[in-house]
Amino acid sequence: MDKFGFTISKGRQIDYGSNDKRIAEYIFEKEPSFRLCIECGGCAATCTSGNFTGFSLREINILIKRGENDKVRQSLKKCMLCGKCTLVCPRGVNTRNIVVLAKKAFLKSDEYAI
Amino acid sequence: MNIEGKRHIWSDYQKEIADDHFFYVRSCIRQSFFPGSEQFFLNLMRNILGKDVYENPGHTTCTGIGYHSDIVPSATIMTVIARHFALMKESGYKNIAISCVTSFGLYTEILDTWKHFPEQLEKTREYLFKATGREFDIPENVAHSSDIIYKFKDLIAQKAKNLLINKITGEPLKIVEHIGCHYAKMFPKSGVGGAEFPHVLSGMIEAWGGNVVDYPERRHCCGFGFRQYLVQANRGYSVSNTAKKFSSMKPFKPDMVLTNCPGCTMFMDKWQYTIKEMEGTSFGDKGESIPVLTYEELAGLVLGYNPWDLGLQYHMVQSEPLLKKLGIEYDNADKFKTKDGKQMPIPQNLINS
Repeated sequence: MDKFGFTISKGRQIDYGSNDKRIAEYIFEKEPSFRLCIECGGCAATCTSGNFTGFSLREINILIKRGENDKVRQSLKKCMLCGKCTLVCPRGVNTRNIVVLAKKAFLKSDEYAI
Repeated sequence: MNIEGKRHIWSDYQKEIADDHFFYVRSCIRQSFFPGSEQFFLNLMRNILGKDVYENPGHTTCTGIGYHSDIVPSATIMTVIARHFALMKESGYKNIAISCVTSFGLYTEILDTWKHFPEQLEKTREYLFKATGREFDIPENVAHSSDIIYKFKDLIAQKAKNLLINKITGEPLKIVEHIGCHYAKMFPKSGVGGAEFPHVLSGMIEAWGGNVVDYPERRHCCGFGFRQYLVQANRGYSVSNTAKKFSSMKPFKPDMVLTNCPGCTMFMDKWQYTIKEMEGTSFGDKGESIPVLTYEELAGLVLGYNPWDLGLQYHMVQSEPLLKKLGIEYDNADKFKTKDGKQMPIPQNLINS
């Protein structure tokens, strides 16, 4: 930036071809209700953590399904696993389990286990 | 598949290109940054193909860069271009050959404006006469110089000394063709193949033995634009477009990029250096960058001309890897020497050399 006075901005397109879908596939397998999510945002609206931080389970669901995992990894740390999101979900998605499984999946992917 | 139907549809995508007697108008960028291209075009047309091409010393810039930057108003640019037509009339020519894609886009845009708004044409005639005492005629044929090379591509192929074959592997070279946006995207009828299937460069590559690379961002802008690079703070838009395009073509390992627009040649060439400096990324095979050539330079290589006479050394990305693949012999000691053998200053930070 100092040398040129401008920078290269990254593209915002979703590249389904090269994104990493392993985390999503792991969760789909262990928690099939993940497929039922209609992205209504009820979970994010009721989230205590989301009230104080930028955490949104709805966003996390979308990003995991797209395979854009880098943002998810950091956000997951904000969840307190209180389970309020599970109570309000109109589709009966076990949202708390999704967070737990996502954390496990990231640990496994670091160990090249998935 | 109905081949006859396809042929019929394809005939709609062709344009009429004059055969001889051209009034040639140069490009500001090309004669500054790739001077060998225009010089070789004149040499090719006059001495190899035996055509009549005339240049008028009174020809000026078309003011296109100023026009696209909102500095030059449309009445002014129409009068400047009308003056070029007046020079053509005075020189006795009816076919115009335009070196620059920006100019070509403007000539077609202005001719179309005059067609739909004849009062603008009359006003321009009045302005030009009041300012210079000149009168002009509408050209009978408007061709970009890449159209003309496209027309004679088979003749060039017959005289070829180096076909576009990788002499090391025996495979055809993988070549990315990049068409300037203002060539046919604004007025599809003005380009060979229209805006959808531009064939002007891919036709040359196929005729000279190469393979055209089809990649996802093939029709993406090179990043040149006008507003994007004129203001330094906006140049990130320009270089980001170029980075996107090159990232898309990288997996196909192209041997070179062929362009027909001065801005595309310049920016696809020089932004590769910038991206390498900023991020350390290069887009060619084995950590090299991809040489970006004009169609005249490629025609010159195909016809066996010395790469340094064609001006390949004036690109930021040097063409040595390509020359090795083509099996062309060259002497690096002659690279920056004048015709009479004097050593010129050697530019720093050239890529691929």
